[in-house]
Amino acid sequence: MTAFDLKVRRYDPESGESAYWQDVSIELEPERSVLDAILKFKADTDNSLGIRCSCQAAICGSCGVRINGQSRLACNTQLGEASEELRSSDGTIVVEPMGNMPVLKDLIVDMDAVHWKKVQRVVPWLLPEGDPPEREYIVPGEAMIDVTQSMACIHCGACVSACLSMEVDPEFIGPAALAKAYRFVGDPRDSQTEERLRDLAEDPHGIYDCTHCFACIEVCPKDVAPMSQIMRLRRRATGDYGIKDSNNGYGHGKAFVDIVGKYGTLHESQLVPRSYADGSLIKSQVRPDSLKQLAEGLPTVLNGLRSGKVSPVKAIWHKKLPDQDQVRRIYHEVESRGERIELNLYIVGDEAENAQMGPDAGADEPAMGDAADVDTGARSTEEEGAGVQ
Amino acid sequence: MPHHDVLVIGAGLAGMRAALAAAEGGATVGIISKVHPVRSHSNAAQGGINAALNPEDSWESHAFDTVKGSDYLGDQDAIEIMCKEAPEEILHLEHLGTTFHRNEQGKLGTRAFGGASAARTYYVADITGQAILHVLYEQLMKHEAVHRYEEFFVTVLVQDDSGHIAGAITRNLRDGAIELFNAKQVILATGGNGQIYNPTTNALVCTGDGIALAYRMGAPLMDMEMVQYHPTTLAGNGLLITEGARGEGAHLYNAEGERFMEKYAPSKMELASRDVVSRAEQTEIEEGRGFDGGTVHLDITKVPRKRIHEALREIVMIARDFAGVDITREPVPIKPGNHYVMGGIKTDTDGLTPLSGLYAAGETACVSVHGGNRLGANSLLDTLVFGRRAGVRAAREAKAMVMPSASRAQLEHEESAIEAIVGRERTGRRVSELHAELGRIMDTNVAVYRDEDGLREALEVVKRLQEESKTVATDDKGTIFNQDVLSVLELGFMLDNAEAIVMGAIERKESRGAQYRTDFPDRNDDDWLRHITVTQNGSDGELPELDYTEVTLTQWQPEARTY
Repeated sequence: MTAFDLKVRRYDPESGESAYWQDVSIELEPERSVLDAILKFKADTDNSLGIRCSCQAAICGSCGVRINGQSRLACNTQLGEASEELRSSDGTIVVEPMGNMPVLKDLIVDMDAVHWKKVQRVVPWLLPEGDPPEREYIVPGEAMIDVTQSMACIHCGACVSACLSMEVDPEFIGPAALAKAYRFVGDPRDSQTEERLRDLAEDPHGIYDCTHCFACIEVCPKDVAPMSQIMRLRRRATGDYGIKDSNNGYGHGKAFVDIVGKYGTLHESQLVPRSYADGSLIKSQVRPDSLKQLAEGLPTVLNGLRSGKVSPVKAIWHKKLPDQDQVRRIYHEVESRGERIELNLYIVGDEAENAQMGPDAGADEPAMGDAADVDTGARSTEEEGAGVQ
Repeated sequence: MPHHDVLVIGAGLAGMRAALAAAEGGATVGIISKVHPVRSHSNAAQGGINAALNPEDSWESHAFDTVKGSDYLGDQDAIEIMCKEAPEEILHLEHLGTTFHRNEQGKLGTRAFGGASAARTYYVADITGQAILHVLYEQLMKHEAVHRYEEFFVTVLVQDDSGHIAGAITRNLRDGAIELFNAKQVILATGGNGQIYNPTTNALVCTGDGIALAYRMGAPLMDMEMVQYHPTTLAGNGLLITEGARGEGAHLYNAEGERFMEKYAPSKMELASRDVVSRAEQTEIEEGRGFDGGTVHLDITKVPRKRIHEALREIVMIARDFAGVDITREPVPIKPGNHYVMGGIKTDTDGLTPLSGLYAAGETACVSVHGGNRLGANSLLDTLVFGRRAGVRAAREAKAMVMPSASRAQLEHEESAIEAIVGRERTGRRVSELHAELGRIMDTNVAVYRDEDGLREALEVVKRLQEESKTVATDDKGTIFNQDVLSVLELGFMLDNAEAIVMGAIERKESRGAQYRTDFPDRNDDDWLRHITVTQNGSDGELPELDYTEVTLTQWQPEARTY
């Protein structure tokens, strides 16, 4: 047994008082969970502390909280590890309700008002064409395994809590709901793939509202990698359906890739104009509806000039990398692939065992050598779509 | 006052399937759950769902395996219905969007499971329950005809003057509001009662609410002594390691390195029925051939790593996070642990209980398809087949009647009962202490091996705790998310469940299925090939009444059971 100090955020809406911190000391084995400590406190001392919890096995998704500032499940966060983290304050484990959602009581947040509303937004049910067949739909096994990564989501809300985009834009559909959307977009039985993608691309709070910050991937307790699912939605929208959205998400991604392909690094002053012109300045295919947005970007440019972040010289001249040829070779290598290979949790990139997937499955990142490391597996999905601010 | 043709209590697989079926049958439906539906314990069903869907398989084979697994206590008419309807139910789930595993032809693929003579378990990696639960919730979101009451708790059922069940009293956990819900037909689908044991694979929500609600209305409970201990639970905390692991080829070893199932089930080995494997493990441990802490080893390293990641990923994570073991490289220490109650509210094959207007489905109910021992991957099937049948029947009955009148007197009674709980001064032990004592005695005396003395002792403890529970106080005096009041009400429900289990176990003087009496070690078909029903006696504090129901045999006569 070891003594652990916790600081728990309490809030009783009926008291008329604001939220406060309660110090809790618990003796437990270090491998026991933060939830075990909270349940012990409730059992022995004060059962008025509110927390949703049920399975204690990271399956039901009830006990999403923030521990030492990071969103996660209380039931699969070990006390010993949490107290030794750099982000804990001197070994004290700080437990507070999740972010981006209103607090109802103590550690209980209103998931209906935020998370479930957003899930409902993505039309979260299968829409097959016509009547079902007499037997099952015949679909490739890989497609089922592919969407099973999204199905592994337990709707705990950790990614919603951690989402930086949602903090800035509360209307952002968000990582969990968009991962849910991929579950239907990636499902060959669904008949509305293009409509779903167009809807999510055109929505100003849709797939191009993600800033590619990786926070959701980092906090997800089930390795669903929501951001990777969002990037897949983008690749499907652009690559498979050529959806040129009015948010210029498509143009921005293309501009980013094209510029790096040409210079090796980002030529920032070209990024904005190219983004609004389908990635090319010369072809000048500026979309009429994007001229207004382009004009709205002018103050940003002026600010950049004023602060010295861009200068007229830098705006025009941008040095290529000395070994730009190598960058080109990487591009060539990726582009010469006939098919897009997506790794996921259930299809890990173990070279020896997945030989049939082709060498270096995983495109622009090396396949990981150790199939046992599922964390790495989740992060090794290819990332090529660019973020839009 | 909210009113619906059909009111479903519980939103796991059985409840949601019942609600959807009733809505499709044209009824207005309300579905109540004390947690958000996707938090339900159906999530935890990892391994899969059985159906004889392959042309080379047959429903008769599935039914026989189930009958044999039940140690001949299952009602064969109900088992036949379940096994015949299984393929249709799987296809329905597939059409709704469940991401079932596929074979190389892109058709539904199977895995092997315990007690089965063919590989007929359909699955989604090792999150089958979760995947189906989420698909059914998608359908609930789609169906506007189903009104969801999420985070509502039912304290008592109400009847009209004729005794027809006419609704329920609910407490909204969000704001503490107590309300009368009026309904023509009520379906209980609140899952099992594993929380009366400690440790258990069951979630904290599994407190036998529906079983107790019906018991208190005078509905008979059946086969309650049949409590399944799952062979592979993590030693420390009782977390479940799916039978799918053994289905994929994992072996069991004792501390002497023996694959001990050779002695107990030479032909099926690790894939014998769960009661058989659990008893074998318990025998090894008690005879000193276990590892420290009373465990045996489950060795999954035999299974190719690619296959482990594809099919057993949840287990990789659970073993890593909760036992610190990498199952792809080393064996994991396990032991038998409380998992499932075969018994429940006695129903017919449409889920109808002997009380007019009241149905039960899933683990809450006892049809009885599992008899003395449930086969792995038959529980999801039970929830879906009998959830659907209850929903269809309830919708049909609702059409033919007007809304029964429910008295508001009960509402006032419940309001003052909760006020009384909140108003109590602390004079004795805490709820958690009573709950812990219950869990301890049940896991010690009402577990894999039982005898008269131990069961009598358990009954005394349960009766004492029932009295003590009437005086427990709460820390929380508020109305918003008062989980403390909830825990007092749940404790009362759990004690009723425990009472029925122990009474049934004392009464059954033989060993069959999950009930192994060391003082009556043999199966005795002459005297005990029958169900025991337990019905609450009207007067407070009295022991319940026991009665018997014949087992329905159709085409399979009892035989000696070997694996």
